[in-house]
Amino acid sequence: MMMNNPSKNQCNVKPGTVIHGKWHRNSYAVIKELGFGANGTVYLARATDGQVALKMSENPMSITSEVNVLKSFAKVQGSALGPSLLDVDDWEYPDGKISFYVMEFIKGPDLLSFLQKKGSDWLGVLMLQLLKDLQVLHSNGWVFGDLKPENLIVTGPPARIRCIDTGGTTVSGRAIKEFTEFFDRGYWGMGSRKADEQYDLFAVAMIIINAAYLKRFNRAEGGRAQLIKAVQASPLLKKYEKVIDRALTGRYISASDMRADLLAVLQPSKLAAPAPKKTVQQAPPPTRTSRSRQASVQKKKKGGMAETAVILAVISLIYFFYLYSQLV
Amino acid sequence: MKTGTLKQVLLITDGCSNQGEDPIAMAALAKEQGVTVNVIGVMEQDVIDDQGLKEIESIAMAGGGVSQVVYTQQLSQTVQMVTRKAMTQTLQGVVNKELQQILGRAKTVEDLPPEQRGEIMEVVDELGETVELEVLILVDTSASMKHKLPTVKEALLDLSLSLNARSGENSFSVLVFPGKRGEADKLLDWTPKLESLTSVFPKLTTGGITPTGPALREAAASFRQKRSLRSLLSSDDEQSFEESV
Ligand SMILES: Nc1ncnc2c1ncn2[C@@H]1O[C@H](COP(=O)(O)OP(=O)(O)O)[C@@H](O)[C@H]1O
Ligand SMILES: [Mg+2]
Repeated sequence: MMMNNPSKNQCNVKPGTVIHGKWHRNSYAVIKELGFGANGTVYLARATDGQVALKMSENPMSITSEVNVLKSFAKVQGSALGPSLLDVDDWEYPDGKISFYVMEFIKGPDLLSFLQKKGSDWLGVLMLQLLKDLQVLHSNGWVFGDLKPENLIVTGPPARIRCIDTGGTTVSGRAIKEFTEFFDRGYWGMGSRKADEQYDLFAVAMIIINAAYLKRFNRAEGGRAQLIKAVQASPLLKKYEKVIDRALTGRYISASDMRADLLAVLQPSKLAAPAPKKTVQQAPPPTRTSRSRQASVQKKKKGGMAETAVILAVISLIYFFYLYSQLV
Repeated sequence: MKTGTLKQVLLITDGCSNQGEDPIAMAALAKEQGVTVNVIGVMEQDVIDDQGLKEIESIAMAGGGVSQVVYTQQLSQTVQMVTRKAMTQTLQGVVNKELQQILGRAKTVEDLPPEQRGEIMEVVDELGETVELEVLILVDTSASMKHKLPTVKEALLDLSLSLNARSGENSFSVLVFPGKRGEADKLLDWTPKLESLTSVFPKLTTGGITPTGPALREAAASFRQKRSLRSLLSSDDEQSFEESV
């Protein structure tokens, strides 16, 4: 039986506690609590080779479920979808047992704190990054589900948005596992809770709205009318109105479709990002090289062999500079 | 793995029963018939009384289900979350039973190494998406619930939105208690469309007594009635959960 009170759904592990894994025999020293939510508590901890984030839950199946998602993300080579998974285990302490998993510690403020500190110019840029990640996630058959500012961390510099909390991540076509009302298409009466790309894109639009209305408002009449009224009333949101509207009403066929539209708003000139640069941004970690090269080669197939070779060379060059810059 | 229909009662109440059979015993009785009883306690801000809380917990424990106490404003999100949790938990129980048969010992998912739990979770997820679900919603409409009823109605519409997103079939029925004549009144007979509740949902409360025990008994019987009616109409070998559990 599970029992939850409004006050009681978090674990309480004191800093300094050492957590021993029963199966894999790794140890983690808790440094401090990073946060908690409906599915457990996350701690910053020290492992033998550095700092990690460790998530614990009274419900072992919710740990297993999130781990399943992270494992399948790991198969998408070199992507930055979610934190990378480091360990899964049980901790047996004197009067009980609790399941946990260990993941990459993503250091930085959550999206809204970042925007408050750095200014709203960053909003568009970060949303472009997010949409790029979502495109990859979607093309691998997933829908993120519980997309909201608290589940988005901005690391860096250079600033880079990262998703955490895969508790809501759902196989496309199934019922969304977990969501938060303000960001939920169903709550606003604007569609179903079946996992599809548009479900996440709706949430992206609501995240943009949340950036302007830090205090989330409730549904009144609901629907497009209420939300668009809020958008029009905010000077910050004016320029995004068209994009938000289309995302709210499910008119983007994909994340990259929405991304292109958003880019056009942010960069109205004809000088949208040239192709090679784009590829570099798409492919940070080394494992990804061959794959993303292939992808860009496929796109350029019409251009002929020579052009392909030149592009390849340019990409490699920029890529190595990128790697180099990551090292220093 | 073949599973039958998942039968869940969702009891929405704000506190103490004061008439008829012991609700905890009635929850246990429901469980014996393969019906899981889940409870949502709806509280006003900062009036959580210990006795009510204990009853809520005990009913869910005896009924093999999930319980959650919430403030009225958070009801929608909670109702769908509890239902989801309850389904997962019940399915997990079924999977555990299967495991024990295969492994021949008192093993549960949690006794397996983390690597193997993952595959089992995938099965549970898959079942949760596709299994046929029967939810009987049992709403306390005693006087103290008066202010909460509009929110309860919204929460139920929200629940239908969540469950309709699944590919498996749903049927819903709504009982309210105390009833005008008997212990509980049937507000909505078994239907795939919980939305049809909008037109019939009560705005007024009915009396001061709270016969939670008798209402739970009625609720469990309601599943049986449905089943026997069905088996009269069709001869297909429908297997219910109690057989596999
Ligand atoms: N990998 C991580 N790196 C840094 N902080 C994290 C990480 N994972 C979680 N957190 C922090 O812990 C909080 C709760 O974690 P989350 O996974 O969202 O839990 P829940 O599923 O219960 O909402 C997050 O809001 C964030 O502040
Ligand atoms: Mg979270």
